[in-house]
Amino acid sequence: MGYFDVENLSISFGGLKAVDDMSLSVNKNEIFSIIGPNGSGKTTIFNLISGIYHPNTGSVKLEGENLVGKTPDRIAKKGIARTFQNIELFANATVMDNLMLGRHIYMKTGVFSGAFMWGKRSRAAREEIAHREKVEHIIDFLELQSVRDQFVGSLAYGKRKLIEVGRALALEPKVMLLDEPSAGMNTEEKDDLTIWIKDIREDYNVTILLIEHDMNMIMGISDRILAMNQGQKIILGTPQEVQKHPEVIKAYLGEEGAA
Amino acid sequence: MDMKRAYYEDIELFKSGTILFWAIVLMVGLFTLPLFSTNYYLYLFNLIMVHVILAVGLNILVGSTGQISLGHAGFFAIGAYATVLLMTKLGIPFFPALILAAFIAAFFGFILGLPALRLEGPYLTIATLAFGLAIMHIIGHMEVFGGRSGLRAPDLNIGIAQLGWNLTLTTDLSKYYLILIITILMVLGAINILKTKVGRAFVAIRDSDIAAEVIGINLTIYKTLSFAVSAFYAGIAGGLFAFVLGFFDPITFNFFLSIYFLVMIVVGGLGSIMGSIAGAAFITYLMYALFKNISDIPYIGDFIVNISQRWLSITGIDNLSAIALGLVMVGIMIFEPMGFFGIWIRMKKYWKAWPF
Repeated sequence: MGYFDVENLSISFGGLKAVDDMSLSVNKNEIFSIIGPNGSGKTTIFNLISGIYHPNTGSVKLEGENLVGKTPDRIAKKGIARTFQNIELFANATVMDNLMLGRHIYMKTGVFSGAFMWGKRSRAAREEIAHREKVEHIIDFLELQSVRDQFVGSLAYGKRKLIEVGRALALEPKVMLLDEPSAGMNTEEKDDLTIWIKDIREDYNVTILLIEHDMNMIMGISDRILAMNQGQKIILGTPQEVQKHPEVIKAYLGEEGAA
Repeated sequence: MDMKRAYYEDIELFKSGTILFWAIVLMVGLFTLPLFSTNYYLYLFNLIMVHVILAVGLNILVGSTGQISLGHAGFFAIGAYATVLLMTKLGIPFFPALILAAFIAAFFGFILGLPALRLEGPYLTIATLAFGLAIMHIIGHMEVFGGRSGLRAPDLNIGIAQLGWNLTLTTDLSKYYLILIITILMVLGAINILKTKVGRAFVAIRDSDIAAEVIGINLTIYKTLSFAVSAFYAGIAGGLFAFVLGFFDPITFNFFLSIYFLVMIVVGGLGSIMGSIAGAAFITYLMYALFKNISDIPYIGDFIVNISQRWLSITGIDNLSAIALGLVMVGIMIFEPMGFFGIWIRMKKYWKAWPF
């Protein structure tokens, strides 16, 4: 039994087996990537882990505790944070507020203590200040100072992707699920992101599950890679092993002699 | 851009000296206003403030959480009836009765919030609409609530009669100060709620409920909480409204009132507290004052009354205010969907860059 285990996970939509008897075991502080063509079930695995879908069979265990059947907010409190492929930010709130929302599970202010936030020494204000300080570190870390007070809806795609990573980081998760974080970023931004993902692992002690299409990035930072197709495992191994697998070559480099 | 030195400055009530200055000017203005106005206008101001409390609460639900309610006249009625009945039947002093009534309204808000977990958009709107109508009819059919003939509010004694400490407010002037203080507290409370954890969670649910869930926001709790908070505001507003009117019956809280409330926040600007205040003031003025004095306008007044009586309503000019309201709504939707708040933002942007 490992740190974060997915065991025999299956779900079908109608007759389609989106994820078929998938098992994987992720070690603590590993960067674990999932690759595969569109529609192969990568994002579905993330949705199953974070509780948005409920699997037909199988279990998801973090440090031995089964997360299947829990609602997404309970799973978030257990230490799993994620980003979305098609950015799910709070568009009509500022970057600061979006990141502060990542602190939600750690805050205790209710309606009444919030309404009576009179002055610096009130309980609500003290809590706000403490958490704003934490969020400010994330803003520093991801170099978001320039957009700190801007509304998220008005920002460039790459920046919004990054803010989503920041929001997930604000949850101080044990496991972070990143769904195509580099989509829409230019080469320079991708290089930065690669470094940040490594830093998140080192400095924040986070285990990272990564879905990516950028092979340079994947091969550069992953400890292990799962290649899948049509809901099933093709190969699970180190980048070198995966790179050599004939089906992966077929999917990503084209068949030999075909060109 | 202002330089900030402490995290607290982000959440301070008065973020800059300018804002503090204008807040003080506004307070002085509000507290000296009665010196310059007649009794009728004090009555109007009292109504406006009651509607401000309600609109601010409704905007937390509709503007910030994104749940539409057409049933707020129901909560308003619960606040009014509960406050008066707690005082007359049980002899509870005014302030505890008002707060208790608001909690009763909040409880009903919580109950109404439960279907909100399953219903969305127009379906939820219909459910709240049914709630508002049901409250009106239930009250009308029960003798304990005064039935169709209505209730008379008791003397507004803000002391505690049981301790022999009495302070009865009889004039519109004294009620003005009472309502003003409560309104200020309620508005500041709403500003603070929206700046802290709960308010942010509401906004998160509005913008993306799926993302709200995966960052750990419990939709069940926060959707029902939003209804409860909103109903609490409506309850406080209703309790004060009872004493402004002095007498009310179930028809006072009819379905159109709920629509007027929604119009207030749409015209003012969804999701904005200052917008709710402006919208409530503007619509209340349209509802109660604008067309009451229209026949006094030389030449045009007689003409309008004449048109109204011939084509619209035999009773006079009542229908005109509905028409004016409709035109305002259509105009706002076409030209400035963000309402007064949107106009304010545009003005601010313009003056920031002025004179370039």
